[in-house]
Amino acid sequence: MPPAAPRSGDAIFASVERVNAELFTLTYGAIVRQLLTDLEEVEEVNKQLDQMGYNIGIRLIDEFLAKSNVSRCVDFKETAEMIAKVGFKMFLGVTASVMNWDADGTCCSIVLEDNPLVDFVELPDTCQGLYYCNILSGVIRGALEMVAMKTEVTWIRDMLRGDDAYELQVKLLKQVPEEYPYKDDE
Amino acid sequence: MIGTGKIKQYANVLDKPLGKGKQEVSLSAFAFLFSELVQYNQTQVDNISELETRLEDAGYAVGARVLELLCQRDKGNRRETRLLGILSFVHSTVWKVLFGKVADSLEKGTEHEDEYMISEKELLVNRFISIPKDMGTFHCGAFVAGIVKGVLENAGFPAVVTAHFVPVQGQQRPRTTILIKFAEEVLRREARLG
Repeated sequence: MPPAAPRSGDAIFASVERVNAELFTLTYGAIVRQLLTDLEEVEEVNKQLDQMGYNIGIRLIDEFLAKSNVSRCVDFKETAEMIAKVGFKMFLGVTASVMNWDADGTCCSIVLEDNPLVDFVELPDTCQGLYYCNILSGVIRGALEMVAMKTEVTWIRDMLRGDDAYELQVKLLKQVPEEYPYKDDE
Repeated sequence: MIGTGKIKQYANVLDKPLGKGKQEVSLSAFAFLFSELVQYNQTQVDNISELETRLEDAGYAVGARVLELLCQRDKGNRRETRLLGILSFVHSTVWKVLFGKVADSLEKGTEHEDEYMISEKELLVNRFISIPKDMGTFHCGAFVAGIVKGVLENAGFPAVVTAHFVPVQGQQRPRTTILIKFAEEVLRREARLG
């Protein structure tokens, strides 16, 4: 039986159950607020958000692969396109674009114009070092690690800090070949 | 030229247009986020009631903001002053906006004058959650109870709000009831208003 064709982000988003984005936005705001109260240090909050994103990413990738029917991506360029066009669309309902590829195709930028996490948000002066959407970088890092790619994800532009869009830089560090966990001679 | 140029940057977030509130995200995105909220709070507390309190506090913040948003957008800045008015606002408008449907039922408590109950067959936040036996009466609906509390208190109706499981005959999963117990002053005011 031929494998099912990969589905577009719009088609998947239309077929999954959806909730109001405002509930999502406000819940995320409550999480960030709790972290700021507990941890007090902006750097610690950034790290914790990244860790939470990582925990989400390692489970999110399963759902992504199950719902989108994508086959193995040929190279990192295709992976980045998948994340931007299908991944962001099916979970957050927004499309991102990929740009700024470097010479050997291991580093690119994913740009988001619309971001449901940051509706109604303004960073106060006391939290200027905060990467409010850092959970997204953890999600991407976690998801890619589960498909054998070790990456580093950093924020280049952040609208809450005065830029005009959200730009994440995704850098492929190395491909980790899957290891067979059992010893052959047992 | 029309169509070129960057998105308009608003200097103040309060100047940005509110939007219609029709944007959606996938249920799984919300479920993942909620599970991280619960997991993070589990590491910060020692017992169940503290965990419920923290979830309720998180929900309270959401409720306060939802009230402001909805009053501005859907009700044209009119404020509810009567008890039944605010309860039906929570039961219909708030539930519809947050969870996509009105709550299953709104009942008045029979034993006490100040108790009301909003029931729901399955809370959206509990869809993908199962409580281990050793956590006893813990209910993730404490988050929703917090939202209701946030809305009520900021509308001027202080109350104690809790979430409970109510087993139903013939159904595998128990029903959820949000119990609202209003403060003395609310009832006195309501009696005065006639």
